[in-house]
Amino acid sequence: MSAQELDINQTLDHVAQSLKAILESRNIQDPIMIGIHTGGVWVAQQLHQRLNLNEPLGTLNISFYRDDFTRIGIHPQVQPSTLPLSVDGRHIILVDDVLYTGRTIRAAFNELFDYGRPASIMLAVLVERDGRELPIQADAVGQHVSLKAGEQIKLQGPEPLTLTTTQA
Amino acid sequence: MKKKNRLQLDDNGKLKHFLTIEGLNRQLLIDILDTAESFTGVTEQTIKKVPLLRGKTIVNLFFEASTRTRTTFELAAKRLSADVLNINIQASATAKGETLLDTLRNLEAMHCDMFVVRHANSGAAHFIAQHAAPHISVINAGDGQHAHPTQAMLDMFTIRRVKGEFHKLNVAIVGDVRHSRVARSQIHALSMLGVEDVRIIAPKTLLPSEPEAFGVHVYHDLREGLRDVDVVIMLRLQKERMSGASLPSEHEYFQRYGLTEEKLALAKPDVTVMHPGPINRGVEIDSVVADGPRSVILQQVSHGIAVRMAVMSMAMQSHLPEATGGRRE
Repeated sequence: MSAQELDINQTLDHVAQSLKAILESRNIQDPIMIGIHTGGVWVAQQLHQRLNLNEPLGTLNISFYRDDFTRIGIHPQVQPSTLPLSVDGRHIILVDDVLYTGRTIRAAFNELFDYGRPASIMLAVLVERDGRELPIQADAVGQHVSLKAGEQIKLQGPEPLTLTTTQA
Repeated sequence: MKKKNRLQLDDNGKLKHFLTIEGLNRQLLIDILDTAESFTGVTEQTIKKVPLLRGKTIVNLFFEASTRTRTTFELAAKRLSADVLNINIQASATAKGETLLDTLRNLEAMHCDMFVVRHANSGAAHFIAQHAAPHISVINAGDGQHAHPTQAMLDMFTIRRVKGEFHKLNVAIVGDVRHSRVARSQIHALSMLGVEDVRIIAPKTLLPSEPEAFGVHVYHDLREGLRDVDVVIMLRLQKERMSGASLPSEHEYFQRYGLTEEKLALAKPDVTVMHPGPINRGVEIDSVVADGPRSVILQQVSHGIAVRMAVMSMAMQSHLPEATGGRRE
């Protein structure tokens, strides 16, 4: 299925259902959901509503943890990370829009552990595509998207959320 | 001005050395403030560190005594995961140029990446930036009576946090403007960021020779100058200036130019009181004001760390050949 045909609401419902099933099977009561800036925060806002979570939503900006700072530098407009609660001993649902190389998630892990020691972390993504460069996989996936070489997929938002595929 | 600009910015207009506010532009100052804003979150982490400058070596090269500035530069570098070397050198009066260059060559041979320089001579940081190897960035941490740009930027950061916007503000700088590198950098930053009414309030002997050239309004009477100001920045009265004929006694200075609650009442009700430190209680500022609810003197110190993290990481990234400013994946 190509990205243009992707129904965002249906995909979000799918992620929410998968997450609900995982939380039940692991008997997790009050998870903390954390979205990765910027697209991951938009997805997390939607999932947070659908799952009716009690704890406030956290956001993570991984700019200072990227492994390619020496190549691309930092952007002044980065939003600070905001974690309203201590992550110590808590179950974390990490949310991003697109899972691709896995390097963003690696950076997010490192940052999370600088805030404390979570009991567990699970990963939810709206779409995943091929091209992993690290042994990282998502627990809940909305949709798998196959892209041709040179194609990129990008979430635009926050209102409305749309996925667009572009030729690089 | 143009020469300074060329020295401070690389071919892509990115900050390479941070020597003075002059010759920079409003957008670059705003980029520094925005980047600093994003670094404030690091302090909330259990591990107050980000790995941005891991493996880089930053040298604090202090030819003049400083506690606050040096420690906040050191903390900022450590929070960026850089390795920090503190070198305190008492400036020798003879053969300064030669000594400085020798020091420089030695540090370059140790593969350092950045020099943070404080020196009693105006222009020392420029001199070092001009002569340092191309891969080294230089940050001015105060040179003579010339400039102290990171102090000015942490003050701008504090003003923006408290007041939001710059352009409608009345800002008064009170005290020894003549000898103050802090005041000089503040005046340049305030006008570059669009503050319309910058006032300097001082006795004639403590004014720069041509104050109008700075585009400021000059007052000799503190009460008159404080009327309706949004921000008042007090400068430290350097006691060594007392000995000259330029000043009356400390007591008389406090009577005329010391900030008290009674004088502060003439400013706007939500006035913010700032001071770059260290403060002389009972000389330029009354303890009641310094410790009072409108004082942000200690916030200024905290903000100094975030602002210095921003300047250091921005200057370091100018060396990166492909730096484009952050797109992920």
